[in-house]
Amino acid sequence: MVKVTEIRWHGRGGQGAKTAMLLLADVAFNTGKYIQGFPEYGPERMGAPIVAYNRISDERITVHSAIYEPDYVVVVDDTLLESVDVTAGLSEEGAIVINTVKEPGELRDLLKGYKGKVCTIDARTISVDCLGKYFPNVPMLGAIVKVTGIMDDKAFLDDMVESFKHKFSHKPEVIDGNIKALERSMQEVKGL
Amino acid sequence: MGIRERMSGNEAIAVAMKQINPDVVAAFPITPSTEVPQYFSTFVANGTVDTEFVPVESEHSAMSACIGAQAAGARAMTATSANGLALMWELLYIASGSRLPVVLACINRALSGPININNDHSDSMGARDSGWIQLYSETNQEAYDNMLMAHRIGEHKDVLLPVMVCQDGFITSHAIENIELLEDDKIKGFIGEYKPEDYLLNRENPISVGPLDFIPHYFEHKMQQSLAMKNAKDVILQVTEEFAEITGRSYGLFEEYMTEDAEAAIVLLNSTAGTAKYVVDALRKQGKKVGLIKPRVYRPFPVDEIAQALSKFKSIAVMDKADSFNAAGGPLFTDVTSAMFIKGICEPKVINYIYGLGGRDVKADDIESVFENLLDIAKTGKVDSVFNYLGVRE
Repeated sequence: MVKVTEIRWHGRGGQGAKTAMLLLADVAFNTGKYIQGFPEYGPERMGAPIVAYNRISDERITVHSAIYEPDYVVVVDDTLLESVDVTAGLSEEGAIVINTVKEPGELRDLLKGYKGKVCTIDARTISVDCLGKYFPNVPMLGAIVKVTGIMDDKAFLDDMVESFKHKFSHKPEVIDGNIKALERSMQEVKGL
Repeated sequence: MGIRERMSGNEAIAVAMKQINPDVVAAFPITPSTEVPQYFSTFVANGTVDTEFVPVESEHSAMSACIGAQAAGARAMTATSANGLALMWELLYIASGSRLPVVLACINRALSGPININNDHSDSMGARDSGWIQLYSETNQEAYDNMLMAHRIGEHKDVLLPVMVCQDGFITSHAIENIELLEDDKIKGFIGEYKPEDYLLNRENPISVGPLDFIPHYFEHKMQQSLAMKNAKDVILQVTEEFAEITGRSYGLFEEYMTEDAEAAIVLLNSTAGTAKYVVDALRKQGKKVGLIKPRVYRPFPVDEIAQALSKFKSIAVMDKADSFNAAGGPLFTDVTSAMFIKGICEPKVINYIYGLGGRDVKADDIESVFENLLDIAKTGKVDSVFNYLGVRE
């Protein structure tokens, strides 16, 4: 069967996990892929745990259900590790990417015996350095693209420049900071 | 060659409406269809369309405004979901009974109560006898394409009926997927100008719309309405064929997926058909003879064609995303079995599953369990239970 890359995002309402999911769908689309990007359907509340999904494939994707056995999981907020079963169904061939100041080895205990790759990224520091504020979603997007290798680094960054130019046409001053955040997250992600 | 894009089902509907550029859109927001008038109102604000946008105070008023506009001689559209559609109730019948080809995007959502914002088909299934043509859509692409064909179907002189284009709330309405859009000029050429034969604002030939219609004529008018629905089938096929010529995308009354040599088949509507196709592919790899039939046109119901298509199977599961609460089976099941009976097709064993109510996710495993049951029935000829709830917790 056709290989579909399945990614599940865990975040909290207001952190932009849904936006990051949409951006990932966008960049994968722009490299010619078939994509799906959808949030878990329900009322959104600031700070409450939320889930979002991506499917990316070279061929048309017909499945219309949530993702139960993802290849990759992105955790936008490490406080979720204690309350949400983030590794549920996660492929051991894949990886989990967590926004945290901790080292990958320090988190194993919280991951219910998950044996696959554990990657970490300090999205807060990167975001504050590059953007002056805490927006974890852009660094997490850079990290997951790097970890999955679903597209070439340079092609991804070039595409994001165009995408940000469009998205931030009303405030172009934030474009450079966002690109810098992506570059740094791609370099600094640990556990690869 | 079309425009390669990616967008949600709601945006696809709004873009179709933009390209259609109707005279009037009247709508009231309700989840999950809210984005449709939201996107569309930006097109209005930016001057991309010439449409008169009427932000009404309820869905009852939305459909009333559409009826008024359409009767006056304008092309009118709206979008809604669930209780919004329910609030339009009496107007749905007035639109169809007055033979006004209004077009409505129904973003399927469970009717309250209890309150639920997620997807099932209880809203549009409740409107199945309201005299509207109903087209169902598996994907954002099909919703877009059905929307572009809706006016040509409804406005045809042999039809003159309103058209409802349905897709699954959230599952397709809020998911970003690939889509191929059509160029504006092609759509303009395909849909053409709306030139009703009779309309209220025609001073040359004044008419009245919606007057009292008592015993001498009401019955005849209903007979004509019934005939119009009968005519709709051929018109849908003609319009669909023309659409295929300009897009390369062909549709029928229903889609048959891997049915040729199938022993067991599932019949269902909208987005879950995609999941079922995935399961069919997987089971075929294991040598299991399974297939899928996905109705696109539910009103008019393609009785002859669907009965014929189903006659070759040994076992069939009709799956309904709405219960009729008749304690016997969902609406699609009742239509399918009735079609088979009147065409004298009694060989296949037919069972019913109610599934996915209120947004309960339907996994590939769930569909697989239905096929396993069907293959078992095909082998033994024995049916344990006709009317079932799929994967419900006990």
